Amino acid sequence: MPTAEPLWEIFIRSKQGLDHKHVGSLHAADAQTAIENARDVYTRRMEGVSIWAVESKYIHASNPDDAESFYDPASDKIYRHPTFYNLPDELKYM
Amino acid sequence: MDQPLYHYTLQLADTSLIMGHRMSEWTGHGPMLEQDIALTNMALDLIGQSRNFYQYATRFQEGMTEDQLAYLRDSRAFKNLLIAEIPNGDWAVTILKLFFFSAFHFHFYERLSHSADRQLAAIAEKSLKEVTYHLRWSGEWVIRLGDGTEESHRRLQSALEEVWPYTGEMFEPSADESLLTHNNTSVSLPSIRRPWLDTVLRVFEEATLPASAMESGWMQTGGKNGVHTEHLGHILAELQFLQRAYPGCEW
Repeated sequence: MPTAEPLWEIFIRSKQGLDHKHVGSLHAADAQTAIENARDVYTRRMEGVSIWAVESKYIHASNPDDAESFYDPASDKIYRHPTFYNLPDELKYM
Repeated sequence: MDQPLYHYTLQLADTSLIMGHRMSEWTGHGPMLEQDIALTNMALDLIGQSRNFYQYATRFQEGMTEDQLAYLRDSRAFKNLLIAEIPNGDWAVTILKLFFFSAFHFHFYERLSHSADRQLAAIAEKSLKEVTYHLRWSGEWVIRLGDGTEESHRRLQSALEEVWPYTGEMFEPSADESLLTHNNTSVSLPSIRRPWLDTVLRVFEEATLPASAMESGWMQTGGKNGVHTEHLGHILAELQFLQRAYPGCEW
């Protein structure tokens, strides 16, 4: 890398009404450039209608070491899943 | 056959093709992956525009194909603007010439989308969306280079001295072009010079480049009449090699 440009996480909304999804990361000098780079890197095949860029250093992540205490307790609590309802066919994106 | 319209359409096709080819030379060589992809996208936009114009031009010549127009004419038959063929130089030269050209392209297509010729108008309307982005992207880079480090400012300044003499030709109509302005087919070039200058000056102010740097001096011309720099021959040697070595080759 010739420059020390910061890393940005890119989120793309694929169509109106859906939420932004993380698609990857890229380098850029500032927010404006990050959005333009994201446009060129991640939307050139009509993947999106909206872009969010967040500088990677502002992402706070959970620690993999905490996995047991964080996630395992949920594994035997099937009653928390709302899978006992019949959904009408017209309902999408559930 | 409508000779002036044929020549005018070729003029637009050639400029987009040669500019697109120059930008494509950055593919795989961009300073960063993101910029590499951005320039490649723009190269593809420009080559796509040239195809639209070439396809339209074939309607005026019985039996002519777009490949013949792009790959089998010699440099004297090419009518592209000289700014499209000058070498990419460093990043500052590439950015600045793309910026000057995109600002021109933006105002040009905006007018051409109202052309009395419906096909030209339709191509312009489609292309306008693409060059709006080229203008924005290159403008943001001009600002960052001009208002960046001492070195980036110095390089942009020297790029300005190099590229500026090639901007005058954009507003000099060829004989065919002037002829077609009367029936509102071609764009009246002198009328978009002021809007172009305003667009450029807005960006230059943010880039901390002095407006005095753009005092009009002597301008290079000739491209529209087939009189080119020595660089076009080299471009065509590469661009046309395959079609000349393997005539009729398709992929």
